[in-house]
Amino acid sequence: MKLKVLAILTLVSMLTALYMIFLYAPREALQGDAQRIFYIHVPLAISGYVSAFLLLIGVIGFFRTGDLKWDRFGETAAALGVTFISAQLITGSLWSRPIWGPWWVWDARTTLQLVLDLIFIAYFMLRSYLPDPQKRAKLSAVFGLLGMIDVPINYLSIYLVRTQHPQAVVSPGGGGVSPEMGLTLTVSFTAVGLLYAYLFNRRLAIAKVEEEVDYLEQVVLAHE
Amino acid sequence: MKSMSAIIFKDIVIEMRNKESITSMLMFGVLVLVVFQFAFETINVERGLLAPGTLWVAFSFAAILGLNRSLAMEIDNDCLQGLLLAPISRGELYLGKVASNFIFMMIAEAIVLPLFVVFNNLDFNLKFLEVAAIACLGTLGIASIGTILSTISANTRIKEVMLPVLQIPLTVPVIIASVEATREVLTGDTRGISSWLYVLAGFIIVYLTASYLVFEFAVEE
Repeated sequence: MKLKVLAILTLVSMLTALYMIFLYAPREALQGDAQRIFYIHVPLAISGYVSAFLLLIGVIGFFRTGDLKWDRFGETAAALGVTFISAQLITGSLWSRPIWGPWWVWDARTTLQLVLDLIFIAYFMLRSYLPDPQKRAKLSAVFGLLGMIDVPINYLSIYLVRTQHPQAVVSPGGGGVSPEMGLTLTVSFTAVGLLYAYLFNRRLAIAKVEEEVDYLEQVVLAHE
Repeated sequence: MKSMSAIIFKDIVIEMRNKESITSMLMFGVLVLVVFQFAFETINVERGLLAPGTLWVAFSFAAILGLNRSLAMEIDNDCLQGLLLAPISRGELYLGKVASNFIFMMIAEAIVLPLFVVFNNLDFNLKFLEVAAIACLGTLGIASIGTILSTISANTRIKEVMLPVLQIPLTVPVIIASVEATREVLTGDTRGISSWLYVLAGFIIVYLTASYLVFEFAVEE
């Protein structure tokens, strides 16, 4: 029931966000319509960091309790991390082509997100080659921890190489945006956040079912 | 401390008998340098600009090869079981393996580095002591994380493939910092070098500590 409400809220906010992005928000003076992708791009990027943080929580929870519940939590966070960061890289690339010229620029933030994406993918590859659930949970927790520790160090080392990414306009000290743009950004943040929460819940439920199926398969095999 | 040196001693004795790790890393490192010479032969770019990158590609990939060997050696004949049964803490076992991996990598690099100077027509001078010092730090960074990752990847069916998949994304800071520091030394403009050295030192401290603490989860049956 709760999930259904969340799904409806997500749908409504997504539609509102799309309306506001394309029709309500004013046309940006320098970049034209290409700038509108930024309303989706920025929330996706933030969800990437949120995934990293949630994976870390899952890993720490697993180390403290040894409960497979936390392993599923971490896996779900990583799954959404791959999805959202990949989508963010694609939207960034679509924006970069008309504005900067090249599809891909090895700029600090781009590189950082790509590396984070690669860490998440490596985490999945590792999981898929470990058939035993206990061992999989343990080893992927170790890798998850090492990977998430890497994020701030990566951040530091990549930022030391000069950056070409547009500076954050909405952060403190940034240039600021017009009220309409700010409102649109808030709505699309809400929409992407709700989508994230919805997908997270669904993926978590699927992970639990998968685990049960695994267990039942083993029981059946043992009885044959 | 005593148990750590016992592990290092054991690894050195094995290496002196079969010479697998160092020779494979050395050959691979040299081959990478050679391939890069061919790859950049036709384009007209300054060699000095590319050189630090090629050196660190050679070092980091050779290291992966050595790390794979180092763990494969323990898994053949169930040597790892024996090590785990020995009355030493998992953390000390980890530090001992890091130390022996580091020593073998440094030996291979000590031979690759002069060849790198010759292939790129650079001069043998004091700069290469500085490059060697950076190589020490970078290699320790790679060894610190590579040792625990090779233990993880050894549990999978495709361990030789899994190790680079796990290791390369995590060593991005080491590669960036080492390449930049090496470049600054080779070009003589060393104003920004301290921040790169801090990144390397920070990486080593963070990963030695974290891996020391969680190594028991990586080897537990």
